[in-house]
Amino acid sequence: MSAASDRTAAARLLAPSRWRAWEVVLWLAIAATPVVLGGHAPLINEIAIFALFALSLDLILGYAGIVSLGHAAYFGAGAYAAGLFAKHVMPDPLVGLLVGIVVAAVLGALTSPMIVRGTDLTRLMVTMGIALVLEELANKFDNITGGIDGMQGVVIGPLLGRFEFDLGARVASVYSLAVLFVAFFLLRRLVHSPLGASLQALRDNRLRVSAIGMSVQARLAVVYTVGAALAGAAGALLTQTTGFVSLDVLEFHRSADVMLALVIGGAGWLYGGLAGAIAFKVMHDLLSAITTQYWTFWIGLFLVVLMLVGRDRLFKPWRWFKRAGGVR
Amino acid sequence: MLTLLFDGVAYGMLLFILALGLAVTMGLMNFINLAHGAFAMAGGYILIVLMQRAGWPFLACLPVAFVITAAAGALLERTLYRPMYGKPHLDQVLFSIGLTFMAVASVDYLVGSSPQTVQLPEWLRARFELGSGSWQLGMGAYRLFIIVACVALALGLQAILARTRFGSRLRAAVDDSRVAAGLGIPVNRVFLVTFAVGSGLAGLGGALGADILGLTPTFPLTFMVYFLIVCAVGGTSSITGPLVAALVLGIADVMGKYYVPKLGAFIVYVLMIAILLWRPQGLFSREAGR
Repeated sequence: MSAASDRTAAARLLAPSRWRAWEVVLWLAIAATPVVLGGHAPLINEIAIFALFALSLDLILGYAGIVSLGHAAYFGAGAYAAGLFAKHVMPDPLVGLLVGIVVAAVLGALTSPMIVRGTDLTRLMVTMGIALVLEELANKFDNITGGIDGMQGVVIGPLLGRFEFDLGARVASVYSLAVLFVAFFLLRRLVHSPLGASLQALRDNRLRVSAIGMSVQARLAVVYTVGAALAGAAGALLTQTTGFVSLDVLEFHRSADVMLALVIGGAGWLYGGLAGAIAFKVMHDLLSAITTQYWTFWIGLFLVVLMLVGRDRLFKPWRWFKRAGGVR
Repeated sequence: MLTLLFDGVAYGMLLFILALGLAVTMGLMNFINLAHGAFAMAGGYILIVLMQRAGWPFLACLPVAFVITAAAGALLERTLYRPMYGKPHLDQVLFSIGLTFMAVASVDYLVGSSPQTVQLPEWLRARFELGSGSWQLGMGAYRLFIIVACVALALGLQAILARTRFGSRLRAAVDDSRVAAGLGIPVNRVFLVTFAVGSGLAGLGGALGADILGLTPTFPLTFMVYFLIVCAVGGTSSITGPLVAALVLGIADVMGKYYVPKLGAFIVYVLMIAILLWRPQGLFSREAGR
């Protein structure tokens, strides 16, 4: 009797972690894009990298509730690590990716004690400060990083020893999508694991989580490190697929863009990172085709309207005319 | 050496005037307004436009910059900011970043992206020198003017805060806005006035410092970090905290850029992180002990 009810309870708890039919279809469709839309391969590659970056922020912001205005620090760390590794050690992309991930993860682990303390404002300032410090360092050691001109001469070897990165970015887009899928798969496992559940509890009420005897700080540190590692993977992918790194990877606008993409897609939901990345990149492409110089104005306007009206109401037009209680 | 210190003090006082509005709004409404720099930029551009296109004298432009940005601040507070007060910090940050983006692009569209220079009047271009050798103190009249103006403003504000009825209402509202509202203090109106004055001060600071800080459309983004550092380090519960933080920041920045130019702003950022780790609530915050 109790064994049976245990089993149903277990089944109910596990239900959200099961893969749905629409998810499988979605991923198959995503996998088909480099073949179907081959002409847009560079854009697909860019979106895949950006989506991976947005996913990493989704993990720490959407699931663990850590606000960060300096996530580009880890993106840049991964990008520079992969670039330097390819230039000075060996050009294999997969090993380079691993190096990028490890460097970003180490940096994340080292900086995580600074994140767990203080209020939101402190956290915003500290994360932003970390990214700015890294940018200044990259600028200072321009004999290693190339400074503001970027790092020249990053040559990436063929993927798996066989597929050369071509100018049409077809191999690059498949590579980035594959890494994105692996990361998504692992993250999906992570957020439905006990650790993931405890993170969401912690985001909602930190005091209660510590009251039931879970270590808040250790969990935050772990998730921050994982998020940093994923951001590093995204940065390494960018270096490898473009063969170029510059100070741009550490700049503030990168942290702000990824935050914006995540907010458009909706944080605390893994597909939010994907949807937001696609929406942001497409919007960016369209707007900069119309007004090259002033597209930030429209992004800003969009952001202001989005925040004033609220995401829920803006994207669910059928609720515009209802006095829904849950909206305010 | 002393000249550098003097320049640092001038820079710090300027930062103090610029960031003060932000500190008060942050302490009062718990609102993180990253768009504060946009008001400072507006002040700077008002000065430029009035001086170059309308030919107004420098001194006459300063009050105008204050009044126009204060009015703009009041208008925006009433229309856009008020609905955002109850929202989470993240929403506020994104909202004000959006406003900043809009301001940057608008100025770029209206004035152009090239840096603007101020034609200072003759009497501000003089230079005095005291002492000799390595302890020589060289003072530019412009920087001296900034220090004098900012000290006067700071003293005036301190007097208003400490002596007047409005000041005591404001202090009460900062300490505990719910209790203050319960005692019949019109917290909303106090905040509207404070926001307007804070924006106006930012505009005035932007106009005053247009020559030192350098005026380009990306001004709000570049200096946002500095304003936030002043508030985060100085704490938001008093006027002394931001003052000391701004002075330290100004001096550290000028000295750092002079002695190790390649490290640039590195020292400032590291200092900020260290101070925030040591006292997450800010150096002079009363909550720090709790």
